[in-house]
This record gives sequence, C-alpha cells and structure tokens, in this order.
Amino acid sequence: MSNTEKQKKVDLSVNVGPLRFRNPVLLASGTVGYGNEIADFIDLSKIGGIVTKSLSLNPRKGNPPQRIVETPSGMLNAIGLANVGVEAFIKDKIPFLKKFDVPLICNIAASSVDEYVECTRILTAEDAITGFEINVSCPNVKEGGLQFGNNPAAVGEITRKVKAVTNKPVIIKLSPNVSYISEFARVVKEEGGDAVSAINTLVGTALDIYSRKPKLFNINGGLSGPAVKPVALAKVLEISRNIDIPIIGIGGIFNWKDAVEFMIAGASAFELGTVNFVDPTTAIKIIEGLEDFCIKQGIKKISELTASYKIDK
Amino acid sequence: MFIQNAVVEKSIELENSVYLLKLYCPEIASVIRPGQFLNIKVSETIQPLLRRPFSVCDVEGECFYIMFNVLGEGTQMLKDKKKGELIDVLGPLGNGFSFEGDYEVPVIVAGGLGAAPFPFFLKKIKPGQNPVCFIGGRSQKDVIKYNLKNVHVATDDGSEGFKGNVIELLKENLETLKNKNVKIFACGPNAMLRALKTFIQENDLECDASLESAMACGFGICQGCPIESTHNKDKYMLVCKDGPVFNIRDIVI
Repeated sequence: MSNTEKQKKVDLSVNVGPLRFRNPVLLASGTVGYGNEIADFIDLSKIGGIVTKSLSLNPRKGNPPQRIVETPSGMLNAIGLANVGVEAFIKDKIPFLKKFDVPLICNIAASSVDEYVECTRILTAEDAITGFEINVSCPNVKEGGLQFGNNPAAVGEITRKVKAVTNKPVIIKLSPNVSYISEFARVVKEEGGDAVSAINTLVGTALDIYSRKPKLFNINGGLSGPAVKPVALAKVLEISRNIDIPIIGIGGIFNWKDAVEFMIAGASAFELGTVNFVDPTTAIKIIEGLEDFCIKQGIKKISELTASYKIDK
Repeated sequence: MFIQNAVVEKSIELENSVYLLKLYCPEIASVIRPGQFLNIKVSETIQPLLRRPFSVCDVEGECFYIMFNVLGEGTQMLKDKKKGELIDVLGPLGNGFSFEGDYEVPVIVAGGLGAAPFPFFLKKIKPGQNPVCFIGGRSQKDVIKYNLKNVHVATDDGSEGFKGNVIELLKENLETLKNKNVKIFACGPNAMLRALKTFIQENDLECDASLESAMACGFGICQGCPIESTHNKDKYMLVCKDGPVFNIRDIVI
C-alpha cells in the first residue's frame, strides 16, 4: 500500500483546543533545544509541533555540574533552566525555526508572575510562534517553578494574567508533585487556559554511597523516562475523568504503544522528551507506528482514540 | 553525525578489567578523528536507558575500537557482546584533538583510562614526529600502555616507574620538555587536568585536554555536560558539543 493511500485512510491531525497539529507527536521542552541539533536527525516539518527549551526574560546560566544521573529506566536532571533568554531567542533562534513548516510552542519559565507576563507579551508579537506552554512546575530551580506549581491560586493567577496579554493559545504544564492534579487543571480551565500538558518531571534524588553526597549539584532533580510513565498516565486519566479541558500527555513515551496508551487515557496530543536523548529519530518512528496501528484497528481519525478508555466504575 | 549499526568483531580483555571492543562500521571508521567520541546504546531495551560515551581508541581499516573498564551494568553488557551482534552507535561526536601548530614533539599525558584515545592519535601525528607519553595510575595494574610508545610511567604507590603522580613526573622532565618544541595532549581525571593546567600556565606550554563528563544525548540537546569557560562566566560550554577536547586555557576545571 502506498503512503498516499495510507494517508487517505488515517487522519492523523488533532486539535488541542484552538491548536491544530498535523499529527499528535510534539517534541517536549528541554529535550530538543531550539530545534537545530535534532534537525540533523529528523525532518521537523513532519512532526506535529516543537516545544522550545524553557525561556526566561534574561539568559540563565543553569546549574553547575553534575546535572544528570541515570536511574533505573529513567534519568534525573537538574539543568536549572539554562537558556538564552527571550531577546536572543527572537534574534538568533527563531530564524532557524522559521525554515520548517512546524508549529512552534514557546515554553516559558519564570521566577515571578510579572516575568511570565512580560515574556509572553514580548514573544506574542512573533508571527513564528503558534502558542505558549507555561512551565509552572520546574523542580530544578530555587525560586519559581514548583512554588507556583504546588499552589492552585498561583497557577490560576499566572493563567489569567498570561492570557490577558496574548491572543495565542496558552497551555499550562502541570506538576505531578501534587495530590490532585485535576484541581490544577480545573483552575486552568476556569481562568481561561486553552489546554494543560501533563506531566512535568517528578522530584527525585540519588546519593553516592561512598562519598554519601548527592549525585546532583542541585541535590534534587526531575525524574523522567519510562520509569515515570505509569504515574503520568494516572495523572492524565485523572484530569480526563474530572475536567473538560484538552490534555497534552507527557511522561516516558518511548514508542507508539506508549503514545496510544496516553491518547486512550485522555491526551489529544503528546510530547516526547527523554527518548530524544536516546534515539532522536523516535518521533518519526512513532508517527509511522501510529498510522499502522490505526489502519490495523480500522481507526479513520486518530483523534477517536482520545479519552476512549473503557472504565466501568 | 548519524546513527548507525556497528557489528561486533571481538571483545578483547587487556588486563585488570580493561577491555577493547572491535566494531565493524565503515561509515564511522572512515570519518572519525582522534579525540572524537561515540554515544553507544549498549542494550536494545530501556535498561540501561541512556547511551554511553566512548572516545574512539583506534581505527583499523573499516573497524574502530573502543576501550573501557567494567564499572557497571552497561560496560558489563558491552564486554559480553559476541561476534556478529549489532550495536547502535551515534557519532562521530564533538571536536577532536587539534594537530595544528608548529610543535615538533607531541607529548601525551594520560591518567588511567585517559589513555584510551591515544593509539588512534599516534597514527595521525605528522610524519617524522617522535611522540613521548607520560602515563599515570594509582598502581601498576591501573597503568594502560596499550599501543603507546616512548612511555614514561608514574604510579602513586611506586609499583611501576616514578613514584608520584603523572604531573610530578612531568615536572621532573621539565627541562627536557622545554628544550624541545612540544605540545601536550592530555586525557584523564579532572584532578589530573587541574594540576596539568597549572603546570601548563606556569611553563607557558600549549595543551589540548580531553574531558570526561556525565551526559545523556551527546549532541547538545540535554545540556547535561556543562563546563565553565575561562572567557565567559555567564554561560557554560558543553563538553559534548564544544569539546570534549578543549585548549586547556579555555576551561575552568
């Protein structure tokens, strides 16, 4: 069967609120830089979308080494939001990304509500930017990050104020380090957020048994990779069953089967993160795998999978 | 930089848990340069999850070698690879050693497994150059001299060669070095490189140093391998992309 015939049979396009992607495969923030390195391995014009490395108003140096530690089926990172800052992003990074026909979601991480607002206000003027993902949940920086992500009122305030300065879609990236993630999704919906992405990394650490010191300079890091997938799925399912808001699933997706599982649990689209470090061509393999799965299952539109779970209670 | 399946030719035990793995991969063997590295997936499963970085140890025709010691699960799996098995290799990565300059004598300084990149290095030096190697280890069993020549050994416990560390041995040979027009090429633990940097600066020598670092991707996206630059305190460089070989004056070790 030719590719053209295949495409006629499966519609891989998805909507996430007002966002439309050619397929549900997005590349997660912090795992693709600003696109240029991964473009050596895959044609970015074939994927659903790119989420940039977290941007802050001013450049951030990030944490000293050691920044990463491998753990069973996963890894801890404490990069500390190293980034070029908004100005250099516009000047140096957007021109490269414009070469590709791919939606660009700008991830913003800030230390104050005002900084989230200011970053969004500046970046929204850029035509190349399709929408925003607001990182209210980075566990690896001293100020900001989790202190917002753990507080529904703060998440609500950020959502409301960021929405007030942009007409572009706003996704709020939620922390799994909370008891009930759906409470946060509810606040995002109430304050006008367009979608949530879930999950950010889980707080974790690792110690050296000989020196008895933490392996990471930052002591704690964010756990990602296949080790977190069951947690992420449970969080996506919890949001899906309780709140009517589009969800982008994230957490340890390594192959098309993982991706299908997230869509069934409630995700309209999903992001690939840690897997990009291991095999930067995975996005393309997953797109192909999803298409084959849909053909074999007789699914005409991949969006039919979203929240198609069968749970009796 | 690309992803390629390499075919295992053989696993060779040198001594004391140091192994060589010979891999057939013409695509890599034909383009890789001394000091560059490869990020290797040792298992097809998610355990261990990440690739492991190895500098290229040697190249013979369409094959290349990596050198490693068995430290954990990943290197254990590597040493047990059998002829004909396929290994997923990403590379070549990073910048190699710079052979530029008007030096006459390449001087190799290595500690422990830091000797790994130099067999290939020695094949690429300028014709007629007569290299000298200073190799250090805690004791005789840690000294790796595989395919090196003109080797001077330093051991902490004095079980072989000079008693002391390799930088102290360099100091002993300072006058000889200064009378020749040398450039130093180094690889080893950060403590060794730190002492070497002081030595280089005090004696106004040139040095390329290859660093080791924890990393995930190997090509600049994970940002896991920062190294402080002497020239810009506001921004880290990355060992994988800006190195792993640096002019030793450019880095804060």
